[in-house]
Amino acid sequence: MGAKVITITSGKGGVGKTTTTANLGVALARLGKRVTVIDADIGLRNLDVVMGLENRIVYDIVDVIEGRAKVHQAMIKHKQFPNLYLIPAAQTRDKTALNPEDMVRLVDQLRVDFDYIVIDSPAGIEGGYRNAVAPADEVLIVTNPEVSAVRDADRIIGLLEAENKGPGRLVLNRLNPAMVRKGEMLSDEDVVDILRLQIIGIIPEDENVIPASNSGIPVILNDTSRAGKAFHHLALRVTGEDVPFMKLDEPPTLMRRFARLFGGRNGG
Amino acid sequence: MANFFDRMLGRNNRNSGSGAKAKDRLKFVLLHDRIDLPPEKLAEMKEEILAVISKYVHIQRDRVDIALEQRERASQIVAQIPFEKSTEDAEKPADDVTPDESHADAPQSPQAASATNQNPTTPPEASPMDGDDDARIDIDDESVDRDIQ
Repeated sequence: MGAKVITITSGKGGVGKTTTTANLGVALARLGKRVTVIDADIGLRNLDVVMGLENRIVYDIVDVIEGRAKVHQAMIKHKQFPNLYLIPAAQTRDKTALNPEDMVRLVDQLRVDFDYIVIDSPAGIEGGYRNAVAPADEVLIVTNPEVSAVRDADRIIGLLEAENKGPGRLVLNRLNPAMVRKGEMLSDEDVVDILRLQIIGIIPEDENVIPASNSGIPVILNDTSRAGKAFHHLALRVTGEDVPFMKLDEPPTLMRRFARLFGGRNGG
Repeated sequence: MANFFDRMLGRNNRNSGSGAKAKDRLKFVLLHDRIDLPPEKLAEMKEEILAVISKYVHIQRDRVDIALEQRERASQIVAQIPFEKSTEDAEKPADDVTPDESHADAPQSPQAASATNQNPTTPPEASPMDGDDDARIDIDDESVDRDIQ
């Protein structure tokens, strides 16, 4: 019982795992849930800066595992959301500093006090990824509408199945609706058709995302951002709410009517 | 606005742009990633499947289609192997060398006879497809991905 543990992974690097973890964590906290986010990317610590908590780190996850600190000493409370905590990765160690059993033990300690524990997995399919996935109740696979990212996602999905951690659900990040409309990008339907996995979030490409991480304020806190709204919807779906996917590309109504008349596709 | 006219003219960019290309390429790549079998091994497997079937029936090799397909997340091998008639009918004379009851006069014990009996069916060099170049199944991108025309 207790917390639901969700690991965010992807295979490929740079698809938005950390951004997704930060935004999901903040979104769940904003919904009143008690949340801990864990950076499992040992040696490449990043979740702290994306969340704006980098200058408050004293102890990290390896300090806890190796007994130099208690879990609560390594947990950084978010300024704005007192029900949101971060356990940072160690920056000067590597993935061998942890093993899957350590992670399961650490996370089990936290389960009673939280509703959600969100783990940011490192890229790749090696030790670091295994550590991150070991304690997961559910895995979210982040991918982009690009061949390399989708291929790596497929690999991860296969591994999760083999480890009985599957099937997982998909977060399609950085979808550019205008490019999809022009036929120059895989659509969300395409990606689902290829990967055959349930999709839980479609995050549009949004110029607000980089400024948000620049300033350490996750984009979900920007009320006018479409990516922020999509992350909010993702969080609602994680809590079990049935939220329809927002129309990302709505052509004017008249045009749509014509499109239908001529057997064209509906946007978004 | 170009989009509107495209639709009016029945054009669908989604099927002609690089997005469609990405999807096709991904489907092909993932099919092979998932089965985790190098192309040579795949070709070998197909030849062996045909070799086994050829022992019993005459395959119409120019109409054979063995392909990988995807059903949900599982890969499957789908084979269409038309054949004409059983090799028993066709190659009765060739098979006559097989020791059986008619050769009971041979100075062998019944056990020995039944042991040699298995030989003609097993040797791999007896594969009837050797030298059958034109009917070789290709396993290039198209043949794997495409349905039978």
